[in-house]
Amino acid sequence: MLLKFDLNGKTQSVDVPEDMPLLWVLRDTLQQKGTKFGCGKGLCGACTVHLDGNAIRSCSVPVSQVQNKQITTIEGLGKGQLHAVQQAWIEEGVPQCGYCQPGFMMATAELLQRIPNPTDTDIDDNITNICRCGTYYRMRKAIHKAAQLNQKS
Amino acid sequence: MWKATRRNFLIKTGAGLGLALGLGWIGKKAIRGFFVEQADKGTLVQFSTDTEPQYWFEVQKDNTILFHSPKIEMGQGVFSALAQIVAEELEVSINQIKVVHSATSHGPIDPNTTGGSDSISSTFSQLSMLAASMREMLRERAVTLLGISLSNLSAQNGYVIGQGKKLSYAQIVAQTSEWSLPDTEPTLKKPEKYQVIGKALPRVDLVAKVKAEPIFGIDATFPGMVYAAVVRSPYFGAVRGVVNAQEASKSLGVIRVVEQPEFVAVLAKSRYEALMAKEKLQIAWTSPTPLLQQKEVNDTVQIGKGDLTVVQENGDVTGLEDNEGNIKLEFHTPLGAHAQMEPNGVAAYYKDGKVVVKMSTQSVKNTRNEIAEATGIRAEDIDIQPTFMGGGFGRRLYTPHAYEAVVLSQEIGLPVHVLFEREQEFQNGYLRPPTHHKLSAKLNNGKIEAIEHQIASGDVAFGSSLVPSFAPTVLGADFGAWRGGLFHYENIANSSVKYWRCQLPFFTSWWRGLGLMANSFAIESFVDELAKKAKQDPISFRIAHIKPDERGQRLIGVLKEVQKISGFGQKVLPEGHAMGVACATDVNTPVAQVAEVKLENGAIKVLKVYCVIDPGLVINPDGVKAQCEGAISMGLSASMFEELNIEDGKVTPNQYLQYQMAQIRDIPDIEVSILSTGDAPRGVGEPPMGPIAPAIANAVATLTGTRMTKMPFKQYQFT
Repeated sequence: MLLKFDLNGKTQSVDVPEDMPLLWVLRDTLQQKGTKFGCGKGLCGACTVHLDGNAIRSCSVPVSQVQNKQITTIEGLGKGQLHAVQQAWIEEGVPQCGYCQPGFMMATAELLQRIPNPTDTDIDDNITNICRCGTYYRMRKAIHKAAQLNQKS
Repeated sequence: MWKATRRNFLIKTGAGLGLALGLGWIGKKAIRGFFVEQADKGTLVQFSTDTEPQYWFEVQKDNTILFHSPKIEMGQGVFSALAQIVAEELEVSINQIKVVHSATSHGPIDPNTTGGSDSISSTFSQLSMLAASMREMLRERAVTLLGISLSNLSAQNGYVIGQGKKLSYAQIVAQTSEWSLPDTEPTLKKPEKYQVIGKALPRVDLVAKVKAEPIFGIDATFPGMVYAAVVRSPYFGAVRGVVNAQEASKSLGVIRVVEQPEFVAVLAKSRYEALMAKEKLQIAWTSPTPLLQQKEVNDTVQIGKGDLTVVQENGDVTGLEDNEGNIKLEFHTPLGAHAQMEPNGVAAYYKDGKVVVKMSTQSVKNTRNEIAEATGIRAEDIDIQPTFMGGGFGRRLYTPHAYEAVVLSQEIGLPVHVLFEREQEFQNGYLRPPTHHKLSAKLNNGKIEAIEHQIASGDVAFGSSLVPSFAPTVLGADFGAWRGGLFHYENIANSSVKYWRCQLPFFTSWWRGLGLMANSFAIESFVDELAKKAKQDPISFRIAHIKPDERGQRLIGVLKEVQKISGFGQKVLPEGHAMGVACATDVNTPVAQVAEVKLENGAIKVLKVYCVIDPGLVINPDGVKAQCEGAISMGLSASMFEELNIEDGKVTPNQYLQYQMAQIRDIPDIEVSILSTGDAPRGVGEPPMGPIAPAIANAVATLTGTRMTKMPFKQYQFT
């Protein structure tokens, strides 16, 4: 099926099965490898992207559902620069293996859209991705720092 | 070509390479000595040959240094630490060093693996000597090129400078065809002169990871690559029967169904199409009867079952277990999963008798040898190009999917990508073995007079590709399983550690801090109970039983420091809060932790963890802190939440969330303090896995009076 959607500000046309998860369209068809596969069941959040500004888990969303919609991935988050969340991640030295980090950064960027200055409880309730290296402690600090950076700019 | 020179250096020169310098033969020790030393002291001897270097770096034309790392970056920060070590003695800035993984076709091959917290401790002195030698060679060449005496030439930031003149390293290399080594061994810097080592520099892979560059095995591609979905055994003991691939072959995008003795795979144009077609395969599996259940696992791993080896014995512990008046406790830890975030992935391309393999592996050499053995391709024709790993934790020491991808590429003549599904990671990888512990002790006058620890565990080192098959016969006890199970309280006259080897009918092996976490949980919980019985402060009681030799002093040091920073036993805590303490020494690195807990809706909430570690010379303090934070988080996750069971031969659960792991809401505030005794680095990645579980358990015992003896702690509810 021929489908069109906006990916990071550019229109993309793909000819793929309509029930193919968005994750595999991004990674294999469009060679955008920043969005990661973790579980395939929407449980771990490694594949988090934005659909019209909302965080979704792309492993569990068929590509037909994004027809004519806007998708933002980690590659387009900062629009050619580092996004405040990425900047905060660098300043706090968050990543270890780095694999889950794009999903966390995408989830955080969306959280800050909804709640510009989240409390610790907001973070606990909204950031439900999984990290195995145990970078959570620094992530919390980076989320607060990103909120500050957003407010400064 | 590598040219051997005196004193074990190898020099490689050639067009486009610049100067490459490698270090060869270091030393060998008897196999038994090696294993025991590794488990207990954590100093691993590097094996190598005298014709191939283990380390290799090159001066590039733009005056950067290309360092081919034999160790793989899996999040532990090894690229950054190795770069800092090289920069220090080579006199270049950290930004001038580019670290890449060493590929087997054109780089040194690690004779060991990446794991066991030894990547820095086992490489530091050799790497320092190599970098310093290269610096001296560059300086000596500059004497001729600049006409300035050696004593008037200094090396700084990638230049040799003197009397107002300077040459970059690249310029010196460009004007040199023959190199000679310095006549004397270079003098290494004293730690107080270090300018790069000891600095909390940002990790060298930080920006790439924040930008999500395609650096992992799952991201690896070749032009024209196709995707494989591999069928793996759905339960333990299943034997594959007839495969009906009619439907699957007709499925959209399918190129071919390949049936091999060891596996069946569907090859398709996209991953999705391969996965969909795999579901349409009809396979007759023959089941063993009865199917394996958790009860059999529990019945197998028990003190008194399996083969007994006495690992440590001092004095006399006769009758300790049987005497009614003595103090006794039993502990259990469950099966666990690595659950590393990146499922194992590999891209392989076989062409004209040679194969290129891009993948995440902790064991480059073994992976290559396994491919060679299974396919008959000569080892030198197999180029393993290691990628960054999306977490390791021991899981990537087991890499049969590498050979699957190679065989599939051979079959189809195209590059192939193989990826584990998450459910397969749980069922078809390997698991952390369950353990059972019995401790008994006798107190006399407020001191431990005699103590015994019996450990029963599934295999760890035995059966893994890391140790030779004769190891069980030579060693008896599995050093991966009794690691951390010896008493670090050596100031006890009578002590004994016994190991029961309990073999399970499925593969169990390495994990982060394997052995250490379970054994520390048992020993440190028990010692806290003994302190209570002796009516003594838990820290003073511990210190009284530590032998005050060099090693013991460092353990005492971290205990005293953690008391200072946490205020343990002195600080007035809010109502409903309590603290617990625990310590461990692993790979010769002592760690002490204090956990502060409260109850929240009847469940344990860990509020803060104080951690003091003494890893000797610190290469990057921020890296050490990150490793402590990570190990504390992973250890907290395992001790509070994680548990697997076997039901009808299947690992249950087999997905995230159902396999509960810590999330951001579960992670406490973490304060890490670093002591630095000695001038050599020791391991960091695993030692902080030891004290976290007993620190939490000891805090809960103080708060509630309940002694938790089974992981995961979520099974305990308090009202």
